[in-house]
Amino acid sequence: MAFWIASSPHNHIQSETSQLMRHVIYAAIPGIFAQWYFFGWGNLIHIGLAILTALLCEFTILALRNKPISKELFDGSAILTAVLLGICLPALAPWWITVIGVIFAIGIAKQLYGGLGHNPFNPAMTGYVVLLISFPLQMTTWQPPLSLLNIELNLSNTLSAIFTGFTLEGYSVEQIRTGIDGITMATPLDTLKTNTTLGLTVYESMTANVFGDNFALGWEWINAGFVIGGIYLIIKKMIPWQTPVSFLAGIFICSFIAYSINPDSSPSTMFHWLSGATMIGAFFILTDPVTGATSIKGRIIVGLLAGLLVYLIRTFGGYPDGVAFAILLCNMAAPLIDQYTRPRTYGHTKG
Amino acid sequence: MQSILERITSGKFWSFHGGIHPPEQKALTATKAIRTLPLPKQLIVPLQQHIGGEGDLLVNVGDKVLKGQPLTLASNPMALPIHAPTSGIITAIKKSVIAHPSGLSELCLFIDVDGKDTWIKRNKNQDYQQLSSSEIIKKIADAGISGMGGAGFPTHIKTNSAANIDFLIINGAECEPYITADDLLMTEQSQAIVDGINILKQVIAPKNILIAIEDNKPNAIKAMEIATKGLAHIHVCVVPTKYPTGGEKQLIKVLTGKEVPSGSLPINCGIIMQNVATCFAISQAVINDTPLIERVVTVTGQALDTPQNAWVLLGTTIDFLLSQFSAQPLESGKQPVIMGGPMMGFGVLSEQVPIIKTSNCILIPSKQEMPSAFDRQSKEVECIRCGECAVVCPSQLLPQELQWSAKAKDYPQLEKLNLRDCIDCGACAYVCPSQIPLVQYYRIAKAEIRQQQILDIKAEKAKVRFEARKLRLEKEKIAREEKQKKAAAARKAAMNKATPEAANAKSAVAAALARVKAKKAGTTTAAAPESSKSENNVEDNTQKSQVAAAIARAKAKREQKNQTKDRGNNANTTEDKPPQDSAIESTADNTKSVASKPDDKKAKIAAEIAKAKAKKEAKSAPSITQSTDEASTEAPIPATQSDNSQADDKKAKIAAAIAKAKAKKLAKSTQANQSTDLEVTSGNADVDANNTTLTKSEKKAAIKPSHEPNISDNIGSSNTDPSNTDSSNKTQNQADDKKAKIAAAIAKAKAKKLAKSANENTSNNANNNTQKELT
Amino acid sequence: MSILIAIAVVGVIAALFGALLGFASIRFKVEADPIVDQLDALLPQTQCGQCGYPGCKPYAQAVADGEAINKCAPGGEDTIKKIADLMGVEVQPLDESHEQDNRPKVAFIIEEDCIGCTKCIQACPVDAIIGAAKQMHTIIIDECTGCDLCVAPCPVDCIEMRVIPETTQNWQWDINSIPVKQID
Repeated sequence: MAFWIASSPHNHIQSETSQLMRHVIYAAIPGIFAQWYFFGWGNLIHIGLAILTALLCEFTILALRNKPISKELFDGSAILTAVLLGICLPALAPWWITVIGVIFAIGIAKQLYGGLGHNPFNPAMTGYVVLLISFPLQMTTWQPPLSLLNIELNLSNTLSAIFTGFTLEGYSVEQIRTGIDGITMATPLDTLKTNTTLGLTVYESMTANVFGDNFALGWEWINAGFVIGGIYLIIKKMIPWQTPVSFLAGIFICSFIAYSINPDSSPSTMFHWLSGATMIGAFFILTDPVTGATSIKGRIIVGLLAGLLVYLIRTFGGYPDGVAFAILLCNMAAPLIDQYTRPRTYGHTKG
Repeated sequence: MQSILERITSGKFWSFHGGIHPPEQKALTATKAIRTLPLPKQLIVPLQQHIGGEGDLLVNVGDKVLKGQPLTLASNPMALPIHAPTSGIITAIKKSVIAHPSGLSELCLFIDVDGKDTWIKRNKNQDYQQLSSSEIIKKIADAGISGMGGAGFPTHIKTNSAANIDFLIINGAECEPYITADDLLMTEQSQAIVDGINILKQVIAPKNILIAIEDNKPNAIKAMEIATKGLAHIHVCVVPTKYPTGGEKQLIKVLTGKEVPSGSLPINCGIIMQNVATCFAISQAVINDTPLIERVVTVTGQALDTPQNAWVLLGTTIDFLLSQFSAQPLESGKQPVIMGGPMMGFGVLSEQVPIIKTSNCILIPSKQEMPSAFDRQSKEVECIRCGECAVVCPSQLLPQELQWSAKAKDYPQLEKLNLRDCIDCGACAYVCPSQIPLVQYYRIAKAEIRQQQILDIKAEKAKVRFEARKLRLEKEKIAREEKQKKAAAARKAAMNKATPEAANAKSAVAAALARVKAKKAGTTTAAAPESSKSENNVEDNTQKSQVAAAIARAKAKREQKNQTKDRGNNANTTEDKPPQDSAIESTADNTKSVASKPDDKKAKIAAEIAKAKAKKEAKSAPSITQSTDEASTEAPIPATQSDNSQADDKKAKIAAAIAKAKAKKLAKSTQANQSTDLEVTSGNADVDANNTTLTKSEKKAAIKPSHEPNISDNIGSSNTDPSNTDSSNKTQNQADDKKAKIAAAIAKAKAKKLAKSANENTSNNANNNTQKELT
Repeated sequence: MSILIAIAVVGVIAALFGALLGFASIRFKVEADPIVDQLDALLPQTQCGQCGYPGCKPYAQAVADGEAINKCAPGGEDTIKKIADLMGVEVQPLDESHEQDNRPKVAFIIEEDCIGCTKCIQACPVDAIIGAAKQMHTIIIDECTGCDLCVAPCPVDCIEMRVIPETTQNWQWDINSIPVKQID
């Protein structure tokens, strides 16, 4: 009879990285559903296209790097990156935007740095930022919610718009964006920014119909969807609660201070929380373990920092939404934060 | 301290960072009483079963031993004796696989059990209060008790400390899943354990005694509370269940809120911890005079039919245990067998592994309950820095950073990250979603660091010794020179003195010189050095001849080695032959053309080389097998003859010398051959690329045949000459003797010459090669 | 004129700082560990002479003077790497003339063959062999550095280099052996 030597521990919790990734993807479903409900098929098509590109890209590079393809291709990380990037893109952006973004995210931001676990920057956000800087026109042609459109945007129309730039009836993306009143519509954040620079108060701007009844038509429900997913992840202990909580707290602190000083030019905390990419950033992107801080203290610091940066960029920066930039900046700071938030080892005195 | 006690009595405890809750699976065995097993047929008792040294053997193969009889004697404080677990006969003392993660073999005693279980005479002593501390400690040491929780540190050393002890903590936490040995022991033997605690109290005199039990052992808690009723100084502490609460440092933190400083021992904080099983063993040893020969072992796991705790004799093999607890034998190579718990135990390599003092559990899991134990291949994927490991680490380390540094072998960084505070608990690896065997990496790194430290110390020592030696040699040299100088000065002074005494001295010196000269003259004819030795007795001769024989033997050995090497070479040369033959003509032309050129020197060199090569070749080919035989047969002959007479002795020496010469020659030639062959092959490899190198290599080989007969003749004569003289020597004539010596000397010289030429040749070749390539 | 003043001012400042620096370099001189000692500390101190120098210190001196860093066989790759780090040069593979078998070894005297010639004692650089003329010699294993300098001088070839056997004391967890090691 012969046995074998194995290193302890012999038991294992039986969790796997791919399982974690899968759960994060599942958790994004409510948000994606809300997105589909308010903005149509556009993002679903982008997500599908992104997944396809991501797998192809990952496969090619893994093959080039002589890595075990079957094991790493389906660990879920590439698919998750693709899903997140797909969610973030404007619904009617042309197809090549997705392809370029994903190739950059997977090929350069992830694999060139050594693959999963070694990338210093969140791949989805890196891809997004590259697109935003390189193709500002396509990346800011946000489509208004379906209910505000005067052109019916069904699946085939959306497909056609994404791949040819025109719907089947021959409307261009620009024409789709034009509202009933003949004014090109933008996102609530964008609108607010433009209006405040025009001298309008927040209250006055909020009357525009992109804001809907509450804070931001459509966007608030999408963000709510991501909150639901995020809470599911926290309950499942797939993501630490400290990061999103401190991030939202960071935004709250900044916006609260600004609102109490000057309510006319500062939107409320709820507007900040429920518009743009706040919630997906809080629960899905900032919590990416690879690029975040590892210690609990570090995570809180990263969250607060990200909140501050998001607020600063939204208020004073050139771009209407700053989640992607804020997260990349935090990624940069994470190793340093880790360095200074090392826990005190048992039996050692602090310092 | 009062506040600590208050907290404890009110049931509040501190908590340590991290920890996990793996499936406990204690219900498998917790409800069943401890079983008594029949005697096994054979016991395998390792000499060393704890941390520290092994004792000196007291028994031999064939001895009959009684139960409890000491088998070894502890020769140093860290060593512990072992005892015969039952009566029987020692059938073997040999290396066998032991209970160690390495699966290495160590010295074990094999005892054939006679089945009578006869005790050695015991001296039971109920009244331990009368014993002094040192007597108790001696009893503990003689009983061979080591920590029975896992590490196996000798108990008498831990107990024998004069420090002021605030807390004696009795560790009954048993936080490892599956194991219930301590639980059952506390339930069934609570009184004996309390006796043991009282004995410890008498020795250590602690201010407080705490018995820590995790709250998942209600029976044990009840039993211990009943047993300690009325003992005010003993507190039973029910601590929350969490792995690894049973770790020494963790339990101290939980009970007292103190942290043992890194690199320090609990004893320095006034705390001593003992396992409950150790306490039981102490009471057995002191009160019943029963050494540590058996222990409770949890035999568990869902792959067994009847998992249960059992009293197991030390030395019982896993094989026997399995046969007692499972109806059908395990599938070989498919079933993991773990000694210890699932978190910190180790896989055993063979069913012959015996139970030792520290084995508290044998775990045979089924595939459903512990799939990861069946994974033969690591399922490791990249770390995603999720930080789970840092969350559960009871030492508050950063396991993922440690892992990176361990993989990068960055030992200074590991030191900085406090790797040495890792307690190997395995919590990090348990929760890792990437299934990285973190503990494994740390173990390797720890071992490497330890090894490096040992090497550093050794290097430092070697340096000191080297320096000391250099200094000594220097001193000796100076002293020698000094002495010589002095002697010379004294001589000069004596010579220069013009007094008659001096003259006398001078003449005396002169006379002495003359005497010496005369003696020399006399002895040269009588084979100078031997003449004085001839007065020596026969014993000396035999000694000397033995020396000669030894040398000859060594030579023969070397030769054999060379021969085997040569075989390989010969194979090479035969392979190389065809191209050489085909190129003879071209080389002939080539030499001519070279000769006609102004640089005929080069040609000459080439010719020389070729000649030498040929010589070597010829030599190595025919003579190797012969001469090795000769050398090996010749060697013993002189050894036997030398006993008879002086002349024979001399002969033996000559023979030895010849053998030596031959051996040397052969060795050299084969060496040379090797190198030349290498060159030839390399030359051939160059053929396509470079014409000049082609001709060179061919030239070398081509001229060989023409010289071959010549040289082999030469060698033949040099081989036969000495043997001829050898035979003629039997006349015991001194002159003959001389001749023989001369012959031997000639042979030696020849050998040397050949060797030298061979050496030169190779170097020449090398030079030549480079020259040619330059042209 | 103003140019001249500027030049003068800059010149004076330069001279001042130069003097300051010069003074500082003398006043606050740090006794750096000489490079040879640092190198010597990296070498394994087997004193084996395989590098072609009579001991580790001479080789350290030689490396400091520009000798190749890859001649220390007992130290192996690790030592080469460390020396390369210290000297700021490229890591080189171990000199090919050395054997590749770098397992730690100690000398062992086959005692029945020993004739007591003391040659090995004279060869041992760390005095790790004890014995006297015509008496059997033996190795102090703990002191032996495994340099194999004693093997060649032995006239009866009774010294062998033996690999230090693996025991539970010096056994190391080995990643390669862990999941796959199997004995039948």
